[in-house]
Amino acid sequence: MSTAHDTPPAPPAPATAAGRRVHRPRVITGTVLRAGGLSVRVRGRALVVTAAALAALVAVALVSLTTGDYELSVGEVVRALAGQDSGGADFIVNTLRLPRLLTALAVGAALAVSGALLTSLTGNALGSPDVIGFTNGSAVGALTVIILMHGSMTQIAAGALVGGLATAAAVHLLMLGRGLHGFRLIVTGIGVSALLLAVNSYLITRATFQEALEAQAWLIGSLGNRGWIHAQAILLACAVLLPPAFVLSRRLSMVEMGDLTATALGVDVTRTRATLLVVSVALAAFATAVTGPIWFIALAAPQLARRLTRTAGPALLPAALTGALLLAGSDLAAQRLFAPALLPVGTATGTIGGLYLIWLLITESRKSRA
Amino acid sequence: MTATHTPTPRLRAEDLTLSYDQRTVATHLGVDIPDHSFTVIIGPNACGKSTLLKALARMLKPRHGQVYLDGAAIASYRSREVARRIGLLPQTSTAPGGITVGDLVARGRYPHQGLLKQWSADDETAVVDAMRQTGVLELADRPVDDLSGGQRQRVWLSMVLAQQTSLLLLDEPTTFLDIAHQVDVLDLCADLHARKGHTVVAVLHDLNQACRYATHLVVMRPGGTVAAEGAPADVMTAELVEDVFGLACRIIDDPETGTPLMIPAAPRRFAPEDGEGHGRSPESVMAEPR
Repeated sequence: MSTAHDTPPAPPAPATAAGRRVHRPRVITGTVLRAGGLSVRVRGRALVVTAAALAALVAVALVSLTTGDYELSVGEVVRALAGQDSGGADFIVNTLRLPRLLTALAVGAALAVSGALLTSLTGNALGSPDVIGFTNGSAVGALTVIILMHGSMTQIAAGALVGGLATAAAVHLLMLGRGLHGFRLIVTGIGVSALLLAVNSYLITRATFQEALEAQAWLIGSLGNRGWIHAQAILLACAVLLPPAFVLSRRLSMVEMGDLTATALGVDVTRTRATLLVVSVALAAFATAVTGPIWFIALAAPQLARRLTRTAGPALLPAALTGALLLAGSDLAAQRLFAPALLPVGTATGTIGGLYLIWLLITESRKSRA
Repeated sequence: MTATHTPTPRLRAEDLTLSYDQRTVATHLGVDIPDHSFTVIIGPNACGKSTLLKALARMLKPRHGQVYLDGAAIASYRSREVARRIGLLPQTSTAPGGITVGDLVARGRYPHQGLLKQWSADDETAVVDAMRQTGVLELADRPVDDLSGGQRQRVWLSMVLAQQTSLLLLDEPTTFLDIAHQVDVLDLCADLHARKGHTVVAVLHDLNQACRYATHLVVMRPGGTVAAEGAPADVMTAELVEDVFGLACRIIDDPETGTPLMIPAAPRRFAPEDGEGHGRSPESVMAEPR
């Protein structure tokens, strides 16, 4: 591959393994690994952030699994995970704590990637599914099932999914063929969101006391009482929806430069946008279906990941890890810090997210004035 | 690309009807872009100059008619294949926040890359060459956000050059630049045309710049028809300017180059406004920082 015509004098790349070469490029950031005709570009900072997030995730997972009403040792947890413990530890780890932890990780990752995709597609840091109404749409769907149809858990989830997708379609229609771009989208989305919130309140006034309690519990967004059925549903959704998002993320970073520029570089912009929009809406809807609306993960995680990695692009993997970490961490904090009171995770993410949003708005307005 | 002097040029448009939604911009528009020419498209505001350029680069699907690239309908190519043959510099592009100059120029290699071919030796050569030609190689590690308007335009131009296409379409490459940087960018384009044999097509506003740099001039009149085309010295007349722009003027020889120089007549009538203004909306108020 390195038989290029009069290549500028580059330092001879050290051969690390048979045929593989580590190449430090002159003009771009990062390091390039080459083997045969293949080459992969690695950015150091993103790698460090990813590794750190993974380490933090392992730490949060261990603390989540070992602490609580019954303290377990790491050894007991590992034995239980390996299926070598048939006593109390097996029940606590495999029935109570593990599905909840996995649900938190997968929902966090799904929300974060959904937010990363949508903010990138809209070209606006505020264009996340919770701000522009998709989450409230899912809530309307779920409440309709809870209050009007007295549906089962699975039906509630299906209702949330339908509600989220329908809201996305409605917002798309209200944009009158201008596509999902810019300021107009944010305002339209906030309007739709407010309207749907009113629908939710109305539905609750129509409900009996018992139904209203159930609805309210769902609306806060909680990881309590989440079992394997929830974990499996959201893990499956992630397994199906995350790979296309990761594959298309290179195209997405081209689309961020403007539709014309991306098209000029050979990106099929219309198809990329449509595919990623559906993936984003579906991820948010599945996540909401499993846990109820959890605010601010979709808004905050992608922005945090972008700022930490300093990559000029959607940075989906770091965003997914940040989202998983934020949600699992918030759940852990809500469970342990406020014990024995059962604080739903939605309140914790709401607090963290609210503070983050204020900071974002202040810095953005300072920037636009500068 | 080897110089093949075929009777039909590599890029031509035949009987185009161009429209945005319901508004028709041009009908029966046909243009040949001579190979290895520096073609400049001029005309009054809203005459469809940029629209024509977009159609030539397959950014806009004609309602009727066809653009041909290398003998085949441009619509029949895959997006990536078009991007390997035609480079386009749009009027506005958004640099992702915090990106370095080198990384932005490197994005011009996208049509030559793949999921597991992210940075070949050819990519590096192309990007370094492109940056050297535009004089931004020294800026490689700087964030694009820190650059001046003139530097930034040269960076965008490098990105298009890194694409390594021998057809270059530039939509008003001099807008927002002061006069020195305008000349700078045009000199660069002329250089690419003269030394590399690239075919350059640019939409310009300034008639005198067009006459000085173009080897082939396409003059459009309101309604999207071609009023005249050919070498500037052959087509540029006071009658044409009066006819197309509604401006009384005199044409003299440019004392520097001998190309036609347009001088507006003394009791000035309305000069055409500068800047067509489309694509700039108040959206930028809350948009991501550029």
